[in-house]
Amino acid sequence: MAKFNIEKVAYLSRIAISEEEKKELEPQLEKILEFVESLNELDTSNIDPKFNVVEMFARLREDIPHLSLPREKALENAPETDGKYFIVPKIVKK
Amino acid sequence: MKDKYEAVIGLEVHAQLKTKTKMFCGCKNEFTNEPNIHVCPVCLGMPGSLPVINKKAVELAVKAALALNCKIHKKSIFARKHYFYPDLPKNYQITQYEEPFATDGYLIIEKKDGTKKKIRIKRIHMEEDAGKNIHEEHFSKVDLNRAGVPLIEIVSEPDISDPEEARLYMQKLRDILVWIGVTDGNLEEGSLRCDANVSIRPKGSKELGTKVEIKNLNSFRFIEKALRYEINRQIEAVKKGEKIIQETRLYDSQKDITKSMRTKEEAEDYRYFPDPDLPPLIIEDEWLEEIKASLGELPDEFKERVIKEYKIKEYDADILSRDKTLAYFFEEAAKSYKGEAQRVSNIILSDLLGILKEEKIELKDVPFPASYIGELLNLVDENIISLRVAKEEVLPEMVKTGKSPKVIVEEKGLKQISDTSEIEKIIKESFKNNPKAVKQYKIGDERKKQKAVQFFIGQVMKATKGKANPKLARDLIIKLLEEEN
Ligand SMILES: [Zn+2]
Repeated sequence: MAKFNIEKVAYLSRIAISEEEKKELEPQLEKILEFVESLNELDTSNIDPKFNVVEMFARLREDIPHLSLPREKALENAPETDGKYFIVPKIVKK
Repeated sequence: MKDKYEAVIGLEVHAQLKTKTKMFCGCKNEFTNEPNIHVCPVCLGMPGSLPVINKKAVELAVKAALALNCKIHKKSIFARKHYFYPDLPKNYQITQYEEPFATDGYLIIEKKDGTKKKIRIKRIHMEEDAGKNIHEEHFSKVDLNRAGVPLIEIVSEPDISDPEEARLYMQKLRDILVWIGVTDGNLEEGSLRCDANVSIRPKGSKELGTKVEIKNLNSFRFIEKALRYEINRQIEAVKKGEKIIQETRLYDSQKDITKSMRTKEEAEDYRYFPDPDLPPLIIEDEWLEEIKASLGELPDEFKERVIKEYKIKEYDADILSRDKTLAYFFEEAAKSYKGEAQRVSNIILSDLLGILKEEKIELKDVPFPASYIGELLNLVDENIISLRVAKEEVLPEMVKTGKSPKVIVEEKGLKQISDTSEIEKIIKESFKNNPKAVKQYKIGDERKKQKAVQFFIGQVMKATKGKANPKLARDLIIKLLEEEN
């Protein structure tokens, strides 16, 4: 099995981890992967893939508007706002 | 295209669905200039909130897929596509990935020279829109009114071979989707968006070149221009021995060029997986049949039928079939007219639409029923008014007041004079006043004779303020001129 790339996973999750944490987490995560890997030993060629654990189907909703949040409420937890928008650091990329 | 190379183009089109509410919550799907007023815990991505699928969004998506000849899959799966961007509060977009609800469709475009081409549609899937970022100098502002608005993404196969075909495909797609009421189809406002994948290869080659994605094609003209630029850019690069890099480029309509946005060196890792909050979507056969039944006539079907039923020119049928309101306005009008339907098409397409454009009125807001157009032409056929009066005097008044042609003719005294003795009197009077022209008819050749007749028709029209029945006037003028001999 390829070595678990903890740096990539941390980057994808936008989580900063220190060298020490890396050393601690890497073997743990590798163990988890190894454990999950053992599932591959089962022969599942005769079983339909299941995308969900429970066999149930989506309930649908009628197209009727509900009351949205008052804007003050929606912006309440924003790190920064001008009372109308969420303010974020300048977006450079994209 | 530059002789030795050919282009391979595929389009990815996003269409906002015309629902009242968002894809997974009951917030209004409605454009507004007030930011962040159509938001709730679901579309703000608050922990603990759960998405619930909008039934109407599914119905509209299925309608679109049926109109595009797709195979509808009874079961489809919503997945999470992960990326970080401020307009995406959950840090993932709910979309369909491995199991979309529709695949294997096509649409047929018609090129300028009349040849038809089938463009295959690979898949259509449902997803949610992101919010909007507004970039200021030192920070960015985020408005999440659009976050969670239902979208369909329509992915074509790379069957498109030149910029013109790409534009035609996009126009046809827009016409169909607007016709069936699935979307507003407004490119400028972004309710319809188009990205293109384009590569080049030596003519006849089966292999595909490295493809480049172009974004920001927000008008039909830009689609064609951006692709034209990009294809030339790639051909020039290959000729110089350069390698095409797989990248995303942005079209700059001011400079008419495409600019590199980001390279795909570090391939994006979206980590798709089935959304555990959403069980599979099931479209039951019965529901599918209901949607099929509600689809009605499609533009191509309309076109074919009116050519057969009303014997109008294919050119006219084509224009009519591009706008549902116009199409059925024509048909209503044609039904109330006793003569050839082509005349109805003529007066609608060349006169009525011209007046509406000038008055800045939309066809759907015209204040009279379509049947009045038929009645108007019936008045012409019954010699009550001339075609000129119908077009230039009655029709504009109908648009202004909504009154029926009969009432307008009555009120404005536009009834044409078809009384033989009255017209004869006027003709004789004008002979007396213009003996030279009478003489010209007597001694002149055929051409001179015709000129004299035209002259007297003009005199009679002037004297009657254009109300003399022109055919009758002409016949009488010739008869009386002959008698003068
Ligand atoms: Zn919401």
